[in-house]
Amino acid sequence: MVDLSVNLCGVKLQNPVIPASGTFGFGAEMSEVYDLNVLGSISIKGTTFEPRFGNPTPRIAECPSGLLNSVGLQNPGAKVVAEEEIPHLRQHFHQPIIGNVCGFSLDDYRACCELIAPKVEIVELNISCPNVHNGGMAFGTTPDGAASVVKAVREVCHKPLIVKLSPNVTDIVVIAKACEEAGADGLTLINTLLGMRIDIRRRQPVLARKMGGFSGPAVFPIALRMVYQVSKACHIPVVGCGGVASAEDVVEMMMAGATAVQVGSENLRDPFVCPQIVESLPSVMKELKINKLSEIIGIIE
Amino acid sequence: MIKRNLVVMRNEEVASKIFRLELAGEIPQLVAGSFVEVEVKGQYLRRPISVCESMPGKVTLVYKVVGKGTAQMTKLVANDVVNCLLQLGNGFHISDSCRKALLIGGGIGTAPLYQLAVELRAKGIGTTLVAGFASQSEIFYQKEFAKVCDKTLYATMDGSFGHKGLVTELLPECDYDYFYACGPTPMLKALNAAVTTEGELSLEERMGCGFGICMGCSLMTTHGAKRICKDGPVFRKEELIW
Repeated sequence: MVDLSVNLCGVKLQNPVIPASGTFGFGAEMSEVYDLNVLGSISIKGTTFEPRFGNPTPRIAECPSGLLNSVGLQNPGAKVVAEEEIPHLRQHFHQPIIGNVCGFSLDDYRACCELIAPKVEIVELNISCPNVHNGGMAFGTTPDGAASVVKAVREVCHKPLIVKLSPNVTDIVVIAKACEEAGADGLTLINTLLGMRIDIRRRQPVLARKMGGFSGPAVFPIALRMVYQVSKACHIPVVGCGGVASAEDVVEMMMAGATAVQVGSENLRDPFVCPQIVESLPSVMKELKINKLSEIIGIIE
Repeated sequence: MIKRNLVVMRNEEVASKIFRLELAGEIPQLVAGSFVEVEVKGQYLRRPISVCESMPGKVTLVYKVVGKGTAQMTKLVANDVVNCLLQLGNGFHISDSCRKALLIGGGIGTAPLYQLAVELRAKGIGTTLVAGFASQSEIFYQKEFAKVCDKTLYATMDGSFGHKGLVTELLPECDYDYFYACGPTPMLKALNAAVTTEGELSLEERMGCGFGICMGCSLMTTHGAKRICKDGPVFRKEELIW
Protein backbone atom coordinates (compact mmCIF):
# COMPACT_ATOMS: atom_id res chain seq x y z
CA MET A 1 0.00 0.00 0.00
CA VAL A 2 1.55 3.31 -1.06
CA ASP A 3 1.22 6.41 1.16
CA LEU A 4 -0.11 9.50 -0.62
CA SER A 5 -0.51 11.70 2.45
CA VAL A 6 1.39 14.94 2.95
CA ASN A 7 1.61 17.48 5.74
CA LEU A 8 0.96 21.03 4.60
CA CYS A 9 1.78 23.58 7.31
CA GLY A 10 0.64 21.17 10.03
CA VAL A 11 -2.53 20.16 8.20
CA LYS A 12 -2.58 16.53 7.08
CA LEU A 13 -3.84 16.01 3.53
CA GLN A 14 -4.80 12.48 2.43
CA ASN A 15 -3.11 13.25 -0.90
CA PRO A 16 -1.40 16.31 -2.40
CA VAL A 17 -4.00 17.01 -5.14
CA ILE A 18 -5.84 20.33 -4.72
CA PRO A 19 -8.03 22.08 -7.31
CA ALA A 20 -6.59 25.60 -7.65
CA SER A 21 -8.52 28.71 -6.72
CA GLY A 22 -10.64 30.09 -9.55
CA THR A 23 -10.93 26.78 -11.39
CA PHE A 24 -13.41 25.03 -9.11
CA GLY A 25 -15.86 27.71 -7.95
CA PHE A 26 -16.86 27.04 -4.34
CA GLY A 27 -17.18 23.34 -5.09
CA ALA A 28 -20.98 23.25 -5.33
CA GLU A 29 -21.15 22.53 -9.07
CA MET A 30 -18.40 19.93 -8.94
CA SER A 31 -20.00 18.13 -5.97
CA GLU A 32 -22.73 17.13 -8.44
CA VAL A 33 -20.14 15.74 -10.87
CA TYR A 34 -18.05 13.47 -8.61
CA ASP A 35 -17.41 12.69 -4.94
CA LEU A 36 -15.11 15.53 -3.86
CA ASN A 37 -13.81 13.49 -0.91
CA VAL A 38 -11.15 11.88 -3.10
CA LEU A 39 -9.32 15.24 -3.16
CA GLY A 40 -6.57 16.30 -0.76
CA SER A 41 -8.10 19.73 -0.29
CA ILE A 42 -9.90 22.43 -2.33
CA SER A 43 -8.70 26.00 -2.74
CA ILE A 44 -11.96 27.89 -3.15
CA LYS A 45 -12.65 30.83 -5.46
CA GLY A 46 -10.75 34.03 -4.60
CA THR A 47 -12.82 36.05 -2.16
CA THR A 48 -12.87 39.79 -1.53
CA PHE A 49 -14.54 41.59 1.39
CA GLU A 50 -17.10 43.25 -0.90
CA PRO A 51 -18.98 41.31 -3.62
CA ARG A 52 -17.51 41.74 -7.12
CA PHE A 53 -18.98 41.13 -10.57
CA GLY A 54 -15.55 41.18 -12.17
CA ASN A 55 -14.45 42.37 -15.58
CA PRO A 56 -16.46 42.79 -18.80
CA THR A 57 -16.61 39.83 -21.23
CA PRO A 58 -14.94 38.34 -23.24
CA ARG A 59 -12.89 37.14 -20.28
CA ILE A 60 -11.42 34.01 -21.91
CA ALA A 61 -9.02 33.55 -24.82
CA GLU A 62 -7.65 30.32 -26.28
CA CYS A 63 -3.84 30.00 -26.45
CA PRO A 64 -1.39 27.28 -27.46
CA SER A 65 -1.52 24.73 -24.60
CA GLY A 66 -3.43 27.05 -22.32
CA LEU A 67 -5.73 30.01 -21.98
CA LEU A 68 -5.93 33.63 -20.91
CA ASN A 69 -8.50 34.71 -18.36
CA SER A 70 -9.47 38.15 -17.13
CA VAL A 71 -12.31 37.14 -14.82
CA GLY A 72 -11.33 39.76 -12.26
CA LEU A 73 -12.14 38.08 -8.94
CA GLN A 74 -15.88 37.68 -9.43
CA ASN A 75 -17.25 36.51 -6.07
CA PRO A 76 -20.25 37.10 -3.80
CA GLY A 77 -18.18 38.73 -1.04
CA ALA A 78 -16.63 37.38 2.18
CA LYS A 79 -19.87 37.36 4.19
CA VAL A 80 -21.75 35.15 1.71
CA VAL A 81 -18.70 32.92 1.21
CA ALA A 82 -18.25 32.45 4.98
CA GLU A 83 -21.93 31.99 5.81
CA GLU A 84 -23.25 30.18 2.72
CA GLU A 85 -20.62 28.85 0.30
CA ILE A 86 -18.20 27.24 2.78
CA PRO A 87 -20.94 25.63 4.94
CA HIS A 88 -22.51 24.29 1.73
CA LEU A 89 -19.18 22.83 0.63
CA ARG A 90 -18.72 21.23 4.08
CA GLN A 91 -21.89 19.22 3.52
CA HIS A 92 -20.23 17.47 0.57
CA PHE A 93 -16.54 17.71 1.43
CA HIS A 94 -14.98 16.36 4.62
CA GLN A 95 -11.34 17.25 3.94
CA PRO A 96 -9.44 20.49 4.75
CA ILE A 97 -10.56 23.60 2.84
CA ILE A 98 -8.24 26.39 1.71
CA GLY A 99 -9.82 29.87 1.67
CA ASN A 100 -8.35 32.23 -0.95
CA VAL A 101 -8.33 35.80 0.37
CA CYS A 102 -7.91 38.86 -1.89
CA GLY A 103 -8.04 42.59 -1.28
CA PHE A 104 -7.36 46.11 -2.50
CA SER A 105 -5.82 47.57 0.65
CA LEU A 106 -4.29 46.21 3.85
CA ASP A 107 -7.56 46.86 5.74
CA ASP A 108 -9.48 45.11 2.99
CA TYR A 109 -7.27 41.99 3.16
CA ARG A 110 -7.57 41.96 6.94
CA ALA A 111 -11.35 42.39 6.96
CA CYS A 112 -11.75 39.59 4.41
CA CYS A 113 -9.42 37.28 6.31
CA GLU A 114 -11.27 37.87 9.59
CA LEU A 115 -14.44 36.46 8.01
CA ILE A 116 -12.86 33.61 6.03
CA ALA A 117 -10.07 32.29 8.32
CA PRO A 118 -12.37 30.91 11.08
CA LYS A 119 -14.24 28.84 8.47
CA VAL A 120 -11.27 27.13 6.78
CA GLU A 121 -8.21 25.03 7.71
CA ILE A 122 -5.71 27.06 5.64
CA VAL A 123 -5.76 30.64 4.37
CA GLU A 124 -4.22 31.31 0.96
CA LEU A 125 -3.40 34.97 0.55
CA ASN A 126 -3.78 36.06 -3.07
CA ILE A 127 -1.32 38.87 -3.76
CA SER A 128 -0.92 37.91 -7.38
CA CYS A 129 -4.16 38.37 -9.33
CA PRO A 130 -3.20 40.16 -12.58
CA ASN A 131 -6.81 41.02 -13.45
CA VAL A 132 -7.65 43.80 -10.99
CA HIS A 133 -6.34 47.33 -10.51
CA ASN A 134 -4.78 48.61 -7.29
CA GLY A 135 -4.78 45.28 -5.60
CA GLY A 136 -3.74 41.74 -5.89
CA MET A 137 -0.64 41.77 -8.00
CA ALA A 138 0.25 45.35 -7.03
CA PHE A 139 1.19 44.00 -3.57
CA GLY A 140 2.78 40.86 -4.91
CA THR A 141 5.42 42.35 -7.20
CA THR A 142 7.65 44.03 -4.61
CA PRO A 143 9.21 42.45 -1.49
CA ASP A 144 7.99 45.35 0.72
CA GLY A 145 4.47 45.21 -0.69
CA ALA A 146 4.25 41.45 -0.21
CA ALA A 147 5.65 41.65 3.33
CA SER A 148 3.22 44.43 4.30
CA VAL A 149 0.16 42.31 3.38
CA VAL A 150 1.52 39.21 5.10
CA LYS A 151 2.23 41.19 8.31
CA ALA A 152 -1.18 42.86 8.26
CA VAL A 153 -3.07 39.60 7.72
CA ARG A 154 -0.84 37.60 10.09
CA GLU A 155 -2.18 39.70 13.02
CA VAL A 156 -5.76 38.54 12.37
CA CYS A 157 -5.14 35.09 10.87
CA HIS A 158 -4.89 32.27 13.38
CA LYS A 159 -4.78 29.56 10.75
CA PRO A 160 -1.84 28.45 8.62
CA LEU A 161 -1.21 31.27 6.17
CA ILE A 162 0.15 30.50 2.71
CA VAL A 163 0.86 33.24 0.19
CA LYS A 164 0.13 32.81 -3.52
CA LEU A 165 2.86 34.51 -5.51
CA SER A 166 2.95 36.14 -8.92
CA PRO A 167 5.42 34.95 -11.56
CA ASN A 168 5.33 38.44 -13.13
CA VAL A 169 8.47 39.55 -11.28
CA THR A 170 12.19 39.67 -11.97
CA ASP A 171 13.13 37.43 -9.05
CA ILE A 172 10.42 35.44 -7.29
CA VAL A 173 12.89 34.22 -4.66
CA VAL A 174 13.24 37.73 -3.22
CA ILE A 175 9.46 38.05 -2.87
CA ALA A 176 9.18 34.54 -1.39
CA LYS A 177 11.83 35.29 1.24
CA ALA A 178 10.12 38.57 2.14
CA CYS A 179 6.87 36.65 2.76
CA GLU A 180 8.64 34.03 4.87
CA GLU A 181 10.30 36.70 7.00
CA ALA A 182 6.96 38.51 7.41
CA GLY A 183 5.43 35.39 8.95
CA ALA A 184 3.99 33.29 6.13
CA ASP A 185 3.64 29.56 6.90
CA GLY A 186 3.83 28.51 3.25
CA LEU A 187 3.80 29.67 -0.35
CA THR A 188 1.77 28.78 -3.44
CA LEU A 189 3.39 29.36 -6.77
CA ILE A 190 2.58 30.36 -9.39
CA ASN A 191 -0.44 32.51 -10.22
CA THR A 192 -0.99 33.28 -13.92
CA LEU A 193 1.46 35.04 -16.24
CA LEU A 194 0.24 38.30 -17.74
CA GLY A 195 -0.53 37.75 -21.43
CA MET A 196 -2.48 39.10 -24.39
CA ARG A 197 -4.11 37.96 -27.65
CA ILE A 198 -5.40 39.96 -30.62
CA ASP A 199 -8.21 39.01 -33.00
CA ILE A 200 -6.46 40.03 -36.23
CA ARG A 201 -9.70 40.07 -38.24
CA ARG A 202 -11.47 42.44 -35.87
CA ARG A 203 -8.23 44.31 -35.06
CA GLN A 204 -9.17 44.14 -31.40
CA PRO A 205 -7.76 42.38 -28.34
CA VAL A 206 -9.66 39.14 -27.70
CA LEU A 207 -10.17 40.03 -24.05
CA ALA A 208 -12.36 43.02 -23.20
CA ARG A 209 -9.74 44.03 -20.65
CA LYS A 210 -6.99 43.56 -23.28
CA MET A 211 -4.66 41.59 -21.00
CA GLY A 212 -5.23 38.56 -18.81
CA GLY A 213 -3.54 35.77 -16.91
CA PHE A 214 -2.00 32.93 -18.93
CA SER A 215 -2.24 29.40 -17.53
CA GLY A 216 -2.28 25.81 -18.69
CA PRO A 217 0.31 23.13 -19.55
CA ALA A 218 2.40 25.76 -21.40
CA VAL A 219 3.42 27.35 -18.08
CA PHE A 220 4.33 24.09 -16.31
CA PRO A 221 8.11 24.39 -16.86
CA ILE A 222 8.09 27.98 -15.58
CA ALA A 223 6.10 27.04 -12.48
CA LEU A 224 8.34 24.03 -11.87
CA ARG A 225 11.47 26.15 -12.13
CA MET A 226 10.09 28.70 -9.66
CA VAL A 227 8.97 25.98 -7.22
CA TYR A 228 12.49 24.56 -7.39
CA GLN A 229 14.21 27.93 -6.81
CA VAL A 230 11.90 29.02 -3.99
CA SER A 231 11.82 25.69 -2.16
CA LYS A 232 15.62 25.66 -2.13
CA ALA A 233 15.81 29.23 -0.80
CA CYS A 234 13.01 29.14 1.80
CA HIS A 235 12.28 26.95 4.81
CA ILE A 236 8.48 26.90 4.54
CA PRO A 237 6.39 24.48 2.43
CA VAL A 238 5.68 25.32 -1.19
CA VAL A 239 2.47 24.40 -3.03
CA GLY A 240 3.22 23.88 -6.73
CA CYS A 241 0.69 25.27 -9.18
CA GLY A 242 0.84 25.88 -12.91
CA GLY A 243 -0.04 23.61 -15.80
CA VAL A 244 -0.39 20.42 -13.79
CA ALA A 245 -2.45 17.91 -15.78
CA SER A 246 -1.35 14.40 -14.77
CA ALA A 247 -0.07 12.21 -11.93
CA GLU A 248 3.39 12.42 -13.51
CA ASP A 249 3.21 16.22 -13.32
CA VAL A 250 2.35 15.96 -9.62
CA VAL A 251 5.40 13.76 -9.01
CA GLU A 252 7.60 16.16 -11.00
CA MET A 253 6.36 19.18 -9.01
CA MET A 254 7.01 17.36 -5.75
CA MET A 255 10.51 16.33 -6.81
CA ALA A 256 11.14 20.01 -7.58
CA GLY A 257 10.17 20.89 -4.01
CA ALA A 258 6.38 21.09 -3.78
CA THR A 259 4.71 19.67 -0.64
CA ALA A 260 1.30 19.73 -2.33
CA VAL A 261 0.15 20.44 -5.88
CA GLN A 262 -2.71 22.48 -7.26
CA VAL A 263 -4.47 21.65 -10.50
CA GLY A 264 -5.95 24.69 -12.25
CA SER A 265 -6.78 25.16 -15.94
CA GLU A 266 -7.04 21.44 -16.59
CA ASN A 267 -10.25 21.34 -14.51
CA LEU A 268 -11.83 23.58 -17.14
CA ARG A 269 -11.13 21.28 -20.09
CA ASP A 270 -11.48 18.03 -18.20
CA PRO A 271 -13.73 18.24 -15.14
CA PHE A 272 -12.65 14.74 -14.08
CA VAL A 273 -8.89 15.39 -14.12
CA CYS A 274 -8.41 15.66 -10.33
CA PRO A 275 -10.00 12.30 -9.41
CA GLN A 276 -8.15 10.75 -12.37
CA ILE A 277 -4.82 12.05 -11.03
CA VAL A 278 -5.60 10.73 -7.54
CA GLU A 279 -6.58 7.37 -9.00
CA SER A 280 -3.45 7.00 -11.12
CA LEU A 281 -0.92 8.26 -8.53
CA PRO A 282 -0.47 4.83 -6.82
CA SER A 283 0.41 3.07 -10.09
CA VAL A 284 2.79 5.87 -11.10
CA MET A 285 4.40 5.63 -7.65
CA LYS A 286 4.78 1.86 -7.95
CA GLU A 287 6.38 2.25 -11.35
CA LEU A 288 8.83 4.81 -9.90
CA LYS A 289 9.39 2.72 -6.75
CA ILE A 290 7.99 5.41 -4.45
CA ASN A 291 6.29 4.02 -1.32
CA LYS A 292 5.70 7.27 0.49
CA LEU A 293 4.94 10.28 -1.69
CA SER A 294 6.21 12.80 0.88
CA GLU A 295 9.70 11.25 0.60
CA ILE A 296 10.23 12.70 -2.87
CA ILE A 297 9.56 16.32 -1.87
CA GLY A 298 12.53 18.37 -3.05
CA ILE A 299 14.79 15.42 -3.88
CA ILE A 300 16.35 17.36 -6.75
CA GLU A 301 19.51 19.00 -5.46
CA MET B 1 -22.87 16.88 -17.06
CA ILE B 2 -21.48 13.67 -18.47
CA LYS B 3 -18.26 12.98 -20.42
CA ARG B 4 -18.43 10.57 -23.34
CA ASN B 5 -16.31 9.34 -26.22
CA LEU B 6 -18.59 9.60 -29.24
CA VAL B 7 -18.17 8.22 -32.74
CA VAL B 8 -18.49 10.48 -35.78
CA MET B 9 -21.21 9.18 -38.10
CA ARG B 10 -20.78 12.00 -40.59
CA ASN B 11 -19.48 15.54 -40.82
CA GLU B 12 -20.53 17.46 -43.90
CA GLU B 13 -20.88 21.03 -45.13
CA VAL B 14 -24.61 21.84 -45.37
CA ALA B 15 -24.26 25.53 -46.28
CA SER B 16 -21.41 27.97 -46.80
CA LYS B 17 -18.95 27.37 -43.91
CA ILE B 18 -21.72 25.61 -41.96
CA PHE B 19 -21.23 21.94 -41.09
CA ARG B 20 -23.43 19.22 -39.66
CA LEU B 21 -21.68 16.81 -37.29
CA GLU B 22 -23.56 13.64 -36.39
CA LEU B 23 -22.26 11.81 -33.33
CA ALA B 24 -23.32 8.45 -31.90
CA GLY B 25 -22.67 6.71 -28.61
CA GLU B 26 -23.95 6.49 -25.08
CA ILE B 27 -26.03 9.68 -25.31
CA PRO B 28 -29.24 10.40 -23.41
CA GLN B 29 -32.01 12.54 -24.89
CA LEU B 30 -30.61 16.09 -24.70
CA VAL B 31 -32.67 19.18 -23.92
CA ALA B 32 -33.36 21.61 -26.78
CA GLY B 33 -31.17 24.68 -26.26
CA SER B 34 -28.54 22.81 -24.24
CA PHE B 35 -25.04 22.45 -25.62
CA VAL B 36 -22.11 20.08 -26.03
CA GLU B 37 -18.43 20.85 -25.35
CA VAL B 38 -16.37 19.22 -28.08
CA GLU B 39 -12.68 18.40 -27.58
CA VAL B 40 -10.74 19.63 -30.62
CA LYS B 41 -7.31 18.35 -31.62
CA GLY B 42 -4.64 21.01 -31.15
CA GLN B 43 -6.89 23.32 -29.13
CA TYR B 44 -6.69 23.63 -25.35
CA LEU B 45 -10.29 24.53 -24.60
CA ARG B 46 -13.30 22.59 -25.82
CA ARG B 47 -15.72 24.25 -28.24
CA PRO B 48 -19.28 24.83 -27.03
CA ILE B 49 -21.78 23.87 -29.77
CA SER B 50 -25.56 23.89 -29.37
CA VAL B 51 -27.64 20.76 -29.86
CA CYS B 52 -29.48 20.90 -33.20
CA GLU B 53 -31.09 17.43 -33.11
CA SER B 54 -31.18 14.88 -30.32
CA MET B 55 -32.43 11.38 -29.73
CA PRO B 56 -31.11 8.69 -27.38
CA GLY B 57 -27.82 7.39 -28.76
CA LYS B 58 -27.35 10.22 -31.25
CA VAL B 59 -26.76 13.97 -31.36
CA THR B 60 -26.44 16.32 -34.31
CA LEU B 61 -24.47 19.54 -33.99
CA VAL B 62 -24.59 22.23 -36.67
CA TYR B 63 -21.64 24.59 -36.39
CA LYS B 64 -20.14 27.48 -38.29
CA VAL B 65 -16.43 27.78 -39.05
CA VAL B 66 -15.39 30.95 -37.24
CA GLY B 67 -11.81 30.22 -36.16
CA LYS B 68 -9.08 27.63 -35.77
CA GLY B 69 -11.09 25.36 -33.47
CA THR B 70 -14.14 25.04 -35.71
CA ALA B 71 -11.88 24.79 -38.78
CA GLN B 72 -10.18 21.82 -37.14
CA MET B 73 -13.59 20.26 -36.43
CA THR B 74 -14.33 20.16 -40.17
CA LYS B 75 -11.50 17.61 -40.54
CA LEU B 76 -13.39 14.99 -38.51
CA VAL B 77 -14.43 11.98 -40.61
CA ALA B 78 -16.68 8.97 -40.04
CA ASN B 79 -15.48 6.63 -37.26
CA ASP B 80 -13.27 9.26 -35.62
CA VAL B 81 -13.74 9.33 -31.85
CA VAL B 82 -14.50 12.69 -30.22
CA ASN B 83 -14.52 13.34 -26.50
CA CYS B 84 -17.51 15.46 -25.48
CA LEU B 85 -19.13 16.91 -22.38
CA LEU B 86 -22.91 16.57 -22.66
CA GLN B 87 -25.97 17.95 -20.85
CA LEU B 88 -24.55 21.46 -20.48
CA GLY B 89 -26.71 24.56 -19.99
CA ASN B 90 -30.35 24.93 -19.07
CA GLY B 91 -32.11 24.77 -22.47
CA PHE B 92 -35.44 26.16 -23.63
CA HIS B 93 -38.53 25.79 -21.48
CA ILE B 94 -41.87 25.00 -23.09
CA SER B 95 -44.60 26.86 -21.27
CA ASP B 96 -47.98 25.17 -20.78
CA SER B 97 -49.71 28.38 -21.82
CA CYS B 98 -47.84 28.61 -25.14
CA ARG B 99 -50.16 27.91 -28.11
CA LYS B 100 -48.46 29.77 -30.95
CA ALA B 101 -44.67 29.89 -30.72
CA LEU B 102 -42.41 32.16 -32.73
CA LEU B 103 -38.87 30.95 -33.32
CA ILE B 104 -36.42 33.67 -34.29
CA GLY B 105 -33.00 32.62 -35.52
CA GLY B 106 -30.00 34.60 -36.68
CA GLY B 107 -27.38 32.75 -38.75
CA ILE B 108 -25.91 29.75 -36.96
CA GLY B 109 -28.14 30.68 -33.99
CA THR B 110 -30.97 29.04 -35.91
CA ALA B 111 -29.45 25.59 -35.17
CA PRO B 112 -30.76 25.02 -31.59
CA LEU B 113 -34.25 26.12 -32.68
CA TYR B 114 -34.62 22.94 -34.75
CA GLN B 115 -34.79 20.53 -31.80
CA LEU B 116 -37.14 23.01 -30.12
CA ALA B 117 -39.39 23.10 -33.20
CA VAL B 118 -39.55 19.28 -33.15
CA GLU B 119 -40.57 19.30 -29.48
CA LEU B 120 -43.14 22.09 -29.97
CA ARG B 121 -44.69 20.15 -32.86
CA ALA B 122 -44.86 17.00 -30.69
CA LYS B 123 -46.82 19.00 -28.11
CA GLY B 124 -49.21 20.29 -30.75
CA ILE B 125 -48.02 23.88 -30.47
CA GLY B 126 -48.16 25.90 -33.69
CA THR B 127 -44.79 27.31 -34.69
CA THR B 128 -43.55 30.01 -37.02
CA LEU B 129 -39.85 30.28 -37.86
CA VAL B 130 -38.32 33.62 -38.76
CA ALA B 131 -34.69 33.19 -39.71
CA GLY B 132 -32.16 35.72 -40.88
CA PHE B 133 -28.91 35.08 -42.72
CA ALA B 134 -26.27 37.22 -44.41
CA SER B 135 -26.93 35.46 -47.71
CA GLN B 136 -28.82 32.51 -49.22
CA SER B 137 -25.59 30.46 -49.30
CA GLU B 138 -25.63 30.30 -45.48
CA ILE B 139 -29.18 29.01 -45.08
CA PHE B 140 -29.32 25.48 -43.66
CA TYR B 141 -32.08 23.06 -42.61
CA GLN B 142 -34.64 24.89 -44.77
CA LYS B 143 -36.48 21.66 -45.70
CA GLU B 144 -36.19 20.28 -42.18
CA PHE B 145 -37.75 23.40 -40.63
CA ALA B 146 -40.49 23.42 -43.28
CA LYS B 147 -41.53 19.94 -42.11
CA VAL B 148 -41.88 20.82 -38.43
CA CYS B 149 -43.06 24.47 -38.58
CA ASP B 150 -46.44 25.77 -39.72
CA LYS B 151 -44.82 28.74 -41.40
CA THR B 152 -41.22 29.71 -42.24
CA LEU B 153 -40.08 33.20 -43.19
CA TYR B 154 -36.55 34.09 -44.26
CA ALA B 155 -34.64 37.35 -44.42
CA THR B 156 -31.22 37.87 -45.98
CA MET B 157 -29.07 40.95 -45.66
CA ASP B 158 -28.19 40.89 -49.37
CA GLY B 159 -31.72 40.02 -50.49
CA SER B 160 -30.59 36.78 -52.15
CA PHE B 161 -33.45 34.88 -50.49
CA GLY B 162 -36.71 35.99 -48.86
CA HIS B 163 -37.11 39.43 -47.39
CA LYS B 164 -34.16 41.76 -47.91
CA GLY B 165 -33.18 43.09 -44.53
CA LEU B 166 -33.51 42.17 -40.86
CA VAL B 167 -35.59 39.49 -39.15
CA THR B 168 -37.15 42.14 -36.92
CA GLU B 169 -38.83 43.62 -39.99
CA LEU B 170 -40.77 40.35 -40.43
CA LEU B 171 -42.15 40.22 -36.89
CA PRO B 172 -45.32 42.29 -37.61
CA GLU B 173 -46.39 39.51 -40.05
CA CYS B 174 -46.26 36.89 -37.30
CA ASP B 175 -49.00 35.70 -34.97
CA TYR B 176 -47.56 34.36 -31.68
CA ASP B 177 -48.05 34.27 -27.92
CA TYR B 178 -44.48 33.34 -26.92
CA PHE B 179 -41.10 33.63 -28.63
CA TYR B 180 -37.76 31.81 -28.61
CA ALA B 181 -34.67 33.48 -30.09
CA CYS B 182 -31.04 32.66 -30.74
CA GLY B 183 -28.60 34.68 -32.79
CA PRO B 184 -25.96 37.42 -32.70
CA THR B 185 -26.19 39.89 -29.81
CA PRO B 186 -27.13 42.94 -31.96
CA MET B 187 -30.06 40.94 -33.38
CA LEU B 188 -31.22 39.83 -29.93
CA LYS B 189 -31.01 43.41 -28.70
CA ALA B 190 -33.06 44.71 -31.63
CA LEU B 191 -35.73 42.04 -31.34
CA ASN B 192 -35.97 42.44 -27.59
CA ALA B 193 -37.44 45.88 -28.39
CA ALA B 194 -39.56 44.58 -31.29
CA VAL B 195 -41.33 41.55 -29.79
CA THR B 196 -44.71 42.01 -28.16
CA THR B 197 -44.87 38.93 -25.89
CA GLU B 198 -42.83 37.12 -23.28
CA GLY B 199 -40.15 34.80 -24.46
CA GLU B 200 -36.68 33.32 -24.11
CA LEU B 201 -33.35 34.27 -25.65
CA SER B 202 -30.30 32.03 -25.97
CA LEU B 203 -26.97 33.86 -25.60
CA GLU B 204 -23.40 32.99 -26.44
CA GLU B 205 -20.04 34.02 -25.02
CA ARG B 206 -16.45 32.83 -25.08
CA MET B 207 -16.39 30.14 -22.39
CA GLY B 208 -13.67 28.63 -20.27
CA CYS B 209 -15.23 25.52 -18.78
CA GLY B 210 -18.85 25.36 -19.98
CA PHE B 211 -20.15 24.02 -16.65
CA GLY B 212 -20.12 26.95 -14.26
CA ILE B 213 -16.83 26.91 -12.39
CA CYS B 214 -14.56 29.49 -14.07
CA MET B 215 -16.81 32.58 -14.22
CA GLY B 216 -15.55 33.24 -17.75
CA CYS B 217 -18.98 33.92 -19.30
CA SER B 218 -20.72 35.96 -16.62
CA LEU B 219 -23.64 38.24 -17.36
CA MET B 220 -25.34 40.81 -15.14
CA THR B 221 -29.10 40.23 -15.17
CA THR B 222 -32.10 41.68 -13.35
CA HIS B 223 -31.59 38.77 -10.93
CA GLY B 224 -27.88 39.44 -10.34
CA ALA B 225 -24.78 37.86 -11.88
CA LYS B 226 -25.46 34.73 -13.94
CA ARG B 227 -23.22 32.38 -15.90
CA ILE B 228 -24.23 31.95 -19.54
CA CYS B 229 -22.90 28.37 -19.55
CA LYS B 230 -24.58 27.12 -16.37
CA ASP B 231 -27.53 29.42 -15.56
CA GLY B 232 -28.14 29.92 -19.31
CA PRO B 233 -27.53 29.94 -22.20
CA VAL B 234 -31.31 30.51 -22.30
CA PHE B 235 -32.67 33.48 -20.35
CA ARG B 236 -36.19 34.84 -20.01
CA LYS B 237 -36.67 38.19 -21.72
CA GLU B 238 -37.26 40.02 -18.43
CA GLU B 239 -33.95 38.78 -16.98
CA LEU B 240 -31.83 40.50 -19.60
CA ILE B 241 -30.45 44.02 -19.33
CA TRP B 242 -29.67 45.65 -22.70
